[in-house]
Amino acid sequence: MTAQVPPAGAQTERPDVAVRERPVPHPTPRDYVKIGVALSLVTALEVLTYYFSPQQAFLGVRMPSAVMIPVLLILAVIKFALVVLWFMHLKFDSRLYMRLFVAGLVLALAVFSVAFAFAFGG
Amino acid sequence: MAAEPHVVMGHEAATATGLDNRKVGMWAFLGSECLFFGAMISTYLLYRNRIGEGQPRLGDVYDIPYTSVSAFVLLMSSVTMVLALAAIQRGEHRKLRVWLMATALLGLVFVGGQAFEFTEFVRHGFTFRSSAAGSAFFMLTGFHGAHVTVGILMLLGLFYLSVLGRLPTGDSLRVELVGLYWHFVDIVWIVIFTIVYLFPQ
Repeated sequence: MTAQVPPAGAQTERPDVAVRERPVPHPTPRDYVKIGVALSLVTALEVLTYYFSPQQAFLGVRMPSAVMIPVLLILAVIKFALVVLWFMHLKFDSRLYMRLFVAGLVLALAVFSVAFAFAFGG
Repeated sequence: MAAEPHVVMGHEAATATGLDNRKVGMWAFLGSECLFFGAMISTYLLYRNRIGEGQPRLGDVYDIPYTSVSAFVLLMSSVTMVLALAAIQRGEHRKLRVWLMATALLGLVFVGGQAFEFTEFVRHGFTFRSSAAGSAFFMLTGFHGAHVTVGILMLLGLFYLSVLGRLPTGDSLRVELVGLYWHFVDIVWIVIFTIVYLFPQ
């Protein structure tokens, strides 16, 4: 049995399977290196942010926890998304993989949100 | 008639979904691992200030510049891992071995750095038994280190298979599966590094 490639836009019996006319080209090694550089820069920003924490107060500048925590979370989300979407190819792969991963991630975030509220909710 | 296999992302598999079951299984596993680490990170958040009188606080024993370098090393290992996958997909087996070994070595540097960090913490009196915060911290980071160690063993296994010539270009899925696991270990550290190390104490 040979592989069948349906025409572009064709509906399949499995809507959760992302069928494409031809395989989507993956990023090139040069793209991966660019993403690696971006990840390094964001990490540097994270560490820099740490030095403005209330304990460190680099150059006398104190970033309140109410500002520092959201900034750190946003930077972490950017790194997380870059690795998952590009290095793990979720941006290019079948939606089924995305659903399997996001299902676990959403449950984990629900648990984390409760713990976060207890830890920082005052 | 059974469902025809479809071409999805260049992977042809005669399954109902048209996707290789091994890769579906790996993503399901990684989804469950999100819960595993999510629960432990949450536990750490709840117990991070449970420290007995006279016991060192987490902020007292951390060495952020040192841990930042470790985090950077693990991040770069994700770059070398994805370059290994790109190499086998292009049939460049020598490059594959170079990138696989580079990834394993970067992983070893990370685990070695973590072991050194743990000994420093213990020397300062911050141990698994010293406080609830210590238990939560070592449980979380220890399990992550164990995952990295398993990943290193799998990378070395792939390297060995490649040396034996038993990792043909058409079988890049094995490298991709180990790569998915490795990147997952990396994203878990992205979260741990932010929440456990960089969050204000």
